[in-house]
Amino acid sequence: MDIFIPNKEISGCGLSGIINRQGELVKGELIIESICCQMERGNGLGAGFAAYGIYPEFQEHYCLHIMADSKKALKEVEELLNHHCYMAHQEEIPTRPTPGISSAPRFRRYFVKPRYEGEVRDLCEGTPDEDDYMVNLVMHINTHIDGAYVISSGRNMGAFKGVGFPDQIANFFRLEEYSAYIWTAHNRFPTNTPGWWGGAHPFTILDWSIVHNGEISSYGTNRRYLEMFGYHCTLLTDTEVVAYLLDLLIRRHRLPMEVACTALAPPFWSEIDLMPEPEKTLYTSVRAVYGAAMLNGPFAILFAYNGGLVGLNDRVKLRPLVTAKKGEFYYMASEEAAIRAICPDPDEVWCPKAGEPVIIEMEPNTIPNQRSYLHGQIFDLSTPICRFPAEEEEE
Amino acid sequence: MASQKENSSAQEPKKKVRKKRLLSKLYPDFIIQRDLEKCIKCKICIRECTYEAHGWDEKREILTEDHAKCVGCHRCEAMCPTGAIVITKNPSAFREHDTWKPWFIKNVYKQADTGGVLLSATGCAVPFRNYWDHLVLDACQVTNPPIDPLREPMELRTFLGPKPDALQVELDDEGRFYLKTKVGPWIKLEVPIMFAAMSYGAISLHVHQGLARAAKELGTLYNTGEGGLHASLYEYGSNTIVQCASGRFGLHVDYLKAGVAIEIKIGQGAKPGIGGHLPGEKVTEEISKTRMIPVGSDALSPAPHHDIYSIEDLRGLIYALKEATEYKKLVFVKIAAVHNAPAIASGIVRAGADVVVLDGLRGGTGAAPTMFRDYVGIPVELALAAVDQRLREEGIRNWASLVISGGIRCSADVVKAIALGADAVYIGTPALIACGCTMCQRCFTGKCPWGIATNNPKLLKRLDPDTAFERIYNLVHGWAHEIQELLGAMGLNSLESLRGNRDKLRAVGLNETELRILGVKHAGE
Repeated sequence: MDIFIPNKEISGCGLSGIINRQGELVKGELIIESICCQMERGNGLGAGFAAYGIYPEFQEHYCLHIMADSKKALKEVEELLNHHCYMAHQEEIPTRPTPGISSAPRFRRYFVKPRYEGEVRDLCEGTPDEDDYMVNLVMHINTHIDGAYVISSGRNMGAFKGVGFPDQIANFFRLEEYSAYIWTAHNRFPTNTPGWWGGAHPFTILDWSIVHNGEISSYGTNRRYLEMFGYHCTLLTDTEVVAYLLDLLIRRHRLPMEVACTALAPPFWSEIDLMPEPEKTLYTSVRAVYGAAMLNGPFAILFAYNGGLVGLNDRVKLRPLVTAKKGEFYYMASEEAAIRAICPDPDEVWCPKAGEPVIIEMEPNTIPNQRSYLHGQIFDLSTPICRFPAEEEEE
Repeated sequence: MASQKENSSAQEPKKKVRKKRLLSKLYPDFIIQRDLEKCIKCKICIRECTYEAHGWDEKREILTEDHAKCVGCHRCEAMCPTGAIVITKNPSAFREHDTWKPWFIKNVYKQADTGGVLLSATGCAVPFRNYWDHLVLDACQVTNPPIDPLREPMELRTFLGPKPDALQVELDDEGRFYLKTKVGPWIKLEVPIMFAAMSYGAISLHVHQGLARAAKELGTLYNTGEGGLHASLYEYGSNTIVQCASGRFGLHVDYLKAGVAIEIKIGQGAKPGIGGHLPGEKVTEEISKTRMIPVGSDALSPAPHHDIYSIEDLRGLIYALKEATEYKKLVFVKIAAVHNAPAIASGIVRAGADVVVLDGLRGGTGAAPTMFRDYVGIPVELALAAVDQRLREEGIRNWASLVISGGIRCSADVVKAIALGADAVYIGTPALIACGCTMCQRCFTGKCPWGIATNNPKLLKRLDPDTAFERIYNLVHGWAHEIQELLGAMGLNSLESLRGNRDKLRAVGLNETELRILGVKHAGE
């Protein structure tokens, strides 16, 4: 008689993500079921979700999810927002008491637009420059307001995260009440960094959201590189750098998504040396210029934005990542089981190769404010002129 | 005055000549111990010792020793066929005194004997805190796997030169991405270790040939130093940095175009604030041709470049060199690490340098006034940390590469330097030790018994270029493998993920100020 030995893999963190290319809405229950299937990948010290398309009534406004330790911190955030933004709406993020979740911080969401004054108003309103304004605003809140953290800051999307198992966090934030065209989820097994509410995944900036399984050994290099461009890491977790790197490389430097992924998980020199031109020059330069943006160490990440979901492994594939397709639905997860739990008969299931990104973008013009980064962007942007007013304005 | 003196001595020829007694000769540093039972009187020691410390007494038919002449190079000991010779420290001791150590007493004797400036070679010999020895590295345990360089790729490739803030990438007609931004020229290094400027003249042609070949085989660069480039070395151009120092020895346009980079030497860690010294003893026919100076003349380069009295003058020279070489070469600017290094480095980057080189307090030399060698400049570890941070704060770190030198002794030092923020390092002394140097610190005499720091045709034969090449190559090859192992243990498979990654460093036994400057946490944090 054979003895059945479960082939259990002990490795930190579980991931799951869903996207529908036609913008069809997916109920929260589905992603909850998928991530909860990977319970062994977490230890109850962190879980989180990102949902896209959940605020159609305020789709033109940036939605700031704020986590605060105290009323005072929230008040400071509100004062700042009143000063720098037009606010369409604000409310407490609905939660419900959940067994096992105690001492949760306060959560509020604010739907805002940058407030430009005077001459720059006409120039900047409604331009992509608003994104820079918001990034600076987020950095300001994170670094200057004690006890307040921006959990997400994109349009028509939001992140929900905290300390607990994924089912608890989902229940706490009443996620079954939301429907989204992209979902990502994370189950955390924290090791190197403390388990606290701000440290749970996803990490976000604007509409970028990242869930990550792994450890970024190059964190010190990445963090100091990002500091040169005005990004400050405050959430004590290595994953934070990925969100900022994506924003820098793709939104600000306008690298095509494929090239940006190559910067994060580049081919080996031995491969580049064999490439034909123009690839050889391109990738040599990408590595030389963006060497400090390379993510080194074991990782599988899912990152999403208004219009796409991307899965990426480190360049020697030290963490699992599985992808599947069923009609217009695409699934990405740490384990195939997590996909089959919600999609029992996928058309296709495959394991992406090391360092090879899986980029799933929606059909063009499917959703409001849709972004597409495949093949690079068509529009060109002059130097931003409408920066978020820096400290000198603050007293 | 002088003529008066001469006259007076001429008028009183009978005055008794006082025999000068050299106190410094009375207390030798080393003792030559000869085991008479083992000695076969072959006299090899006499031939090998260039300082004439060994002698032969014809009458008594025995070997003699003049301990005062021994510099402690151990050549005789190494060459003695019967192992009869041991060189030891002179056990004869002065009465102990913590302030007046023998070093200072003997130096006073020397100067009282001669009235001269104390000379030394190599780098600072004072035991100032060595920060490399207070830094430890990280390794992976459980949460991320270490990587085994014997089984996985492990990349050390480094590009030197200015990098743009961002790249512009577009699609071509065939739907392929191509780079629109104009980049380079860059220098590709397969190991982040280059050979520091050591001039032909200070070291022998054979060592230069060895360095050049090793640089080529290793995929890195060697530096000509300020002594020009010997005709036989032009073929190694793609692995050569030519130096432009204040003396401008051997500098002409073909020389500038010979390498892939030109280094403007503003200062040297071993002797910041003064120029180079090549004693006339070392200026032979070949040296004279290469340096374009007369045989036997001292080659003393001036303290400043006489066309650089300000930062804008430096900019002028940088662009003059770039113009002369049609913007095909990178321009390095090397300074000694001094108090205000961060601000100076920032100025150099803004002046247009492609690579900034910091040479620290422990940087070596073939000849320097001892006071300069030991007491001028700051440790390169601190200078590096401060300069890297300053350039980042100014947002110009990518405008130039940062190379450090001075006191790198092993591959772990290289790894720590890169983690602190260096792009690459220069090594000088280790390459010479690889060739057999025993650090006797008498390079300026031109009598190097190991055939390294000499141009004496007889002594040259003691080190052939093939041996020099092989040994230098082996050293760096070994270091490169160790760097790969250390990287792999940290869970990194590429050197760029270590660059400036101070999280991988922890300090042991440093105070708060030192930790702040280094930007490193204390072990346990």
